[in-house]
Amino acid sequence: MSHETETPSTLLKLDDYRVGFRTERGLAKAVDGVSYELNSGKTLAIVGESGSGKTVLNRGIMGLLGSNINESGSVKFQGEELVNTNRQKFWGKKMAMIFQDPMTSLNPVMKVGKQVSEPLRLHQGMSRKEARHRTVELFTLVGIPEPSQRFDEYPHQLSGGMRQRVMISIALAIEPDLLIADEPTTSLDVTVQKYILDLLVEVQKESNMAMTIITHDLGVARGRADEILVMYGGRVMEHAPAETLFNEMAHPYTSALLSSIPKLDDPKHTRLTPIEGFPPDIVDGPDGCKFAARCQYAQENCLSELPDTTVKGDHSYACFYPIGTDEGAKAFASNAERGHTAAGLKIRAKEEVI
Amino acid sequence: MAGSGNNHLRENTDDTLLRVENLVVEFPSGRRNKVHAVSDISFDIMEGETLGIVGESGCGKSTTAKAIIQLPKPTAGKVEYQGTNLTELDKEGMRQQRPSIQMIYQDPISSLNPRRTVFNIVNEGTRVWSTEHGAAQEQKVDEMIEAVGLDPREAKTRRPHEYSGGQCQRISVARALVLDPKVIICDEPVSSLDVSVQARILNMLQDMKEEYKLTLLFISHDLSVVKNVSDRVAVMYLGKICEIGDGDLIYEKPTHPYTRLLLAAIPDPKNKHKDITDILEGELPSPLNPPSGCRFRTRCPRATEKCAAEEPEFRQIGNDDHWVACHFPHIEGDDLGPNDEISWPPDPQK
Ligand SMILES: Nc1ncnc2c1ncn2[C@@H]1O[C@H](COP(=O)(O)OP(=O)(O)OP(=O)(O)O)[C@@H](O)[C@H]1O
Ligand SMILES: Nc1ncnc2c1ncn2[C@@H]1O[C@H](COP(=O)(O)OP(=O)(O)OP(=O)(O)O)[C@@H](O)[C@H]1O
Ligand code: SF4
Ligand SMILES: [Mg+2]
Ligand SMILES: [Mg+2]
Repeated sequence: MSHETETPSTLLKLDDYRVGFRTERGLAKAVDGVSYELNSGKTLAIVGESGSGKTVLNRGIMGLLGSNINESGSVKFQGEELVNTNRQKFWGKKMAMIFQDPMTSLNPVMKVGKQVSEPLRLHQGMSRKEARHRTVELFTLVGIPEPSQRFDEYPHQLSGGMRQRVMISIALAIEPDLLIADEPTTSLDVTVQKYILDLLVEVQKESNMAMTIITHDLGVARGRADEILVMYGGRVMEHAPAETLFNEMAHPYTSALLSSIPKLDDPKHTRLTPIEGFPPDIVDGPDGCKFAARCQYAQENCLSELPDTTVKGDHSYACFYPIGTDEGAKAFASNAERGHTAAGLKIRAKEEVI
Repeated sequence: MAGSGNNHLRENTDDTLLRVENLVVEFPSGRRNKVHAVSDISFDIMEGETLGIVGESGCGKSTTAKAIIQLPKPTAGKVEYQGTNLTELDKEGMRQQRPSIQMIYQDPISSLNPRRTVFNIVNEGTRVWSTEHGAAQEQKVDEMIEAVGLDPREAKTRRPHEYSGGQCQRISVARALVLDPKVIICDEPVSSLDVSVQARILNMLQDMKEEYKLTLLFISHDLSVVKNVSDRVAVMYLGKICEIGDGDLIYEKPTHPYTRLLLAAIPDPKNKHKDITDILEGELPSPLNPPSGCRFRTRCPRATEKCAAEEPEFRQIGNDDHWVACHFPHIEGDDLGPNDEISWPPDPQK
């Protein structure tokens, strides 16, 4: 990761941030040493395997994980250290989060309009009438049809995408300095998705808000983010400006992830290529690179040593045998020759890189 | 209405597993209004076939899915499953059909009982429905949990909130698959999954299709995913089907103005439809008071008075399995399309 000196526009700075859940089996290290910086006005996309720690990382930053956790390392927000402090005073105007599953974060027995207008009254001191008016305005803005009628409906009466847009309108109401959006558009069709993302960018330009978007949609990440962070097993595998990540990807995990996407040009029922094997156990994980067991490039040392992060300008990655380097090419060739990796994984034909 | 007629239905044979005819679902809204969530749609699915449904958020996809399993019973129309009209069954009759028709719900986390362990959640159905018992059944549950990429040992003690969003989604997939259903209605089954786990699950569904002739209704906003899994695709807009047929044909040559706009918006640098520059704007119609004639007309760049006056019927494109409900579809050699500039903005008069 780049460890430049903090400039005034650095809004968020993580250094070796870790979160562990105390479980019966031991500490579940969901976030295991993450470092990055995010500036005001910028958008960071976080992508990565399901269960790789994207949500826990961001709920951790927000201080939304309860007390049954171990938190360490550093998270500085506007220069202030957050780790092991109560962050409630930042919620709202300073930082806000759109949650992954709108149904679980909206109150099922409260009218949706009220769920948006209450915080407006609370945080912005609006009267009941003003807040209702503003809420209807926001519903219109995010494209909820018949907004004043919808104000008085309950979450189950809305479609999945409308619920998601209710969540988004809460965030828009606040215009926080940092907005964390956990899969904000999974329930939206592509036209509404495009519209909502445009809307967020507009708000971002006006208010210089910083955004973290967690997404599985690599098209969205590429088109909308300034930078992309690729996570696996609670760690950052690769971090680069969006186009650099796609054009000069270095980490075998990034490449494997990309090659499992169904392609629009392929005919129906084309066999997909998932990454073989399973993600690492986060309680009792491997010593070496977390991806080693599933990596086509893995050599003996990958299994025992944790690779350092290589920093090349604004591109960084944690791998001994990165793609596009001589070491990487040699590692792959030697695995191809013996037919398997150091971890015993069979080598398949060279991954097709998009 | 937009998209009427049942020309696009195929012959009702022994191979027809599910046949939905003129399905209507309305919800009361306020004291006097009603939401026209699904308005007179028809489709059929053959045994072993996958029908993908795509369409604008709020257009009635989930409502259609739930109406098939009679949750709630539709306002009108027929849902024929292996020749039985499900809308006429009582509770007990429906209960007997349920094991073979499974549903994966759209909200993965909230559709799982938070107080039960994940093993019990997946096991739940087998205890009620299954003929297998004891160790054999538990082993099957373990195998299914493992097949979706989770650790069966952990599943015995952990509850849904201790899992990530995508892990919860896989739990619902396992819960549906463990019962060996004949049909699975999947409402956004892979939306929270990373692309690798998604690929694994889609491959698994494909295998089950080949091995057991599993039949799928597959709803998703990810158009590449829908294209990959589906044999046929239906495009919905505001409670109506506007285009239906062979998936490859629809993706290759979309003819309905809405389908074209939808495909153009796919965020993929290689999207070959991205040059379609018609903009989706115009007044957002309401399901409380849907536009007359074609429901897409308020936002359609091709709309004319005819679109407001008459609802288009399904017509076949050539001899292909490709049907469109539009007065002015984009068909090569078809010069019916009026000059877009002259017709925009459409006449708002009803
Ligand atoms: N309360 C908890 N107790 C124990 N483990 C937990 C808890 N919450 C999450 N985890 C574990 O932490 C890991 C990271 O979860 P997280 O929700 O951050 O994943 P994610 O990257 O957001 O995945 P997805 O893309 O599926 O949402 C997972 O292995 C999950 O099972
Ligand atoms: N229980 C209900 N009561 C009242 N209205 C409802 C109910 N369920 C759905 N609706 C309405 O029916 C319409 C269709 O909703 P549905 O959930 O089927 O949409 P969808 O196509 O699944 O959308 P999405 O892609 O956003 O999930 C919406 O206008 C919605 O508000
Ligand atoms: S041209 Fe007319 S019928 Fe066709 S989609 Fe547009 S409004 Fe509907
Ligand atoms: Mg998550
Ligand atoms: Mg839905």
